[in-house]
Amino acid sequence: MSEYLVQFNNISKFFGKVIALKDVTMKLKKGEIMCLLGDNGAGKSTLIKTLAGVHKPDEGEIIVEGNKTIFDSPKDALDMGIATVYQDLALVSLMSVTRNFFMGREPMKGPPFFKTFDIEKANKIAAERMGQIGIDVRDPSQAVGTMSGGERQCLAISRAIYFGAKVLVLDEPTSALGVHQASVVLKYIVKAASQGLAVILITHNVHHAYPVGNSFTVLNRGKSLGTYAKKDITREKLLSMMAGGEELNKLEVELQEMNRSSAN
Amino acid sequence: MSTKSKSIEKKTDFNQDERLKKVSKLRLLLNRPELGALGGAILVFIFFGIVAGDTGMFSAYGVLNFLDVSANLGIIAIAAAMLMIGGEFDLSIGSMIGFAGICIAIPAIYWGWPLWMSIIFAFSMAVLVGYFNGILVVRTGLPSFIVTLAMLFILRGATLALTRLITGRTQVPGLRVLIEDDPLAWIFATDTFKWVFTWLGSMNLIALRTDGTPLATGIPPSVIWFIALAIITTWILMKTRYGNWIFASGGDKNGANNVGVPVGRVKISLFIGTAVAATIFATIQVLDAGSADTMRGTLKELEAIAAAVVGGCLLTGGYGSAIGAAFGALIFGTVSMGIFYTDVDTDWFKVFLGAMMLIAVIFNNYIRRKVTESK
Repeated sequence: MSEYLVQFNNISKFFGKVIALKDVTMKLKKGEIMCLLGDNGAGKSTLIKTLAGVHKPDEGEIIVEGNKTIFDSPKDALDMGIATVYQDLALVSLMSVTRNFFMGREPMKGPPFFKTFDIEKANKIAAERMGQIGIDVRDPSQAVGTMSGGERQCLAISRAIYFGAKVLVLDEPTSALGVHQASVVLKYIVKAASQGLAVILITHNVHHAYPVGNSFTVLNRGKSLGTYAKKDITREKLLSMMAGGEELNKLEVELQEMNRSSAN
Repeated sequence: MSTKSKSIEKKTDFNQDERLKKVSKLRLLLNRPELGALGGAILVFIFFGIVAGDTGMFSAYGVLNFLDVSANLGIIAIAAAMLMIGGEFDLSIGSMIGFAGICIAIPAIYWGWPLWMSIIFAFSMAVLVGYFNGILVVRTGLPSFIVTLAMLFILRGATLALTRLITGRTQVPGLRVLIEDDPLAWIFATDTFKWVFTWLGSMNLIALRTDGTPLATGIPPSVIWFIALAIITTWILMKTRYGNWIFASGGDKNGANNVGVPVGRVKISLFIGTAVAATIFATIQVLDAGSADTMRGTLKELEAIAAAVVGGCLLTGGYGSAIGAAFGALIFGTVSMGIFYTDVDTDWFKVFLGAMMLIAVIFNNYIRRKVTESK
């Protein structure tokens, strides 16, 4: 058994002549939160889809719990315990909390051929699971559309964990949320990790990533700029490593000049 | 996993959540998609009770009459509602009715097939048409509105052309004599609970003919089919895994796919459902009339969709109910027959139908906003 729960070694992905990813390496232990940072176009989406089994890497290897594996489909990745929560969350806002929680994996009861959806059990589990995160679902048959963005995110994560995720891949879980909602979600992510899950948190928001991450991988133009433990890097350094950092500095200088010239 | 779930059990029992009681029964009812149709049906009955209460509309014969009309529409409206919840339309229902009728009549009359074989043939064709509609929509990703609109013309045209080619005319009569002793046809052609009506007649509780037999002889087969379908589909939607998949497929196709719902298969099966429902409709009508007409079922697809919408289905999918569509059909059937018992010119029925649908859509839209709006 290797010390890492999951390893992605030297992953590369090409689309024709375009090099979408080149030699990206990520290793996660149980309970670790790794933040994957990158600006738009850095290759985050391609990497997520590769982790989720949508794309097959052209080079490199994926090792789950010490065994080298190949994901032929998203289902393969899911079966190995790698669950991806996309930005759209795969939630249907018109359906109830319970029906969303168990969508596609409904608990059944009754004799063979006459099996029915055990909605009472499903309601109970959904309400319990949401209660655990501190979200009061007064009525698990209420539509997901009535929940806030943060609550929906938590529901999607909670669902992935309930169905046996060992590695959570979260795609921009806080990007559409306000400050308070984002902190609720981040808190939940830390809690999930403390229960032994490995989390890959994909974001372009360093301020959300830095407080919760154990290690940080910065992606720029399809290449990894390296992985750093939290003690080895500052928030400012991370920010400037993402392509945006330098540009923001430049922007600041330009703005100062504009101010000066307009003052004259 | 197991250690975690143990720690949860210590938490409060959610069945005893005291805040649940604050949600009033009315509020819960408002969240049900069929509420509007139920209210509408009650209003319609009150209206005709006042306007036509003493006319015979609510005699046994009158009631069976409007129930029969409602039930026929209801059979296809329920299937249309299921498909709409699954996020698609089927505009070929009406043409399928005409096509299915011919599929029964031509083999039975011109090719000498036994009636039961012709009926099975018609249902097989329905499965094929439904499958074709479904696979086309799922594979091409085209809107089902367009795909089934094409099928509307293709099926109606083929029905006309083939019938004229084989028979030289557009109607195929002569089926009535074949019904007797047929092992299958009785399912679509028998009035049930006749003894109840005979008994009611003998007690002089219902109107009699001059020869002493009751005017209303039994519950027509359409009503039995309608009630059975309403119960089965409601059970499917509320209580089965497949029902959850229907809501999911219509609510968010990609999301459902991502969590492992076989969206394509669900949709194809629902298209088969509408075609089969159209064939049930056609079989009942053809056996009742004793003849098949190439134009049978014209515009029925729109009435079915209208009933489904009045019953609470959203045009965008993911929301609605089968029982709502049943109430929608009941409203249309009752008004279309009830109008004969009033002084109102029957031409006004279509005006009512349109207005009813408009009100329903506005109401549904409001409900959807209520359901999906954020805190």
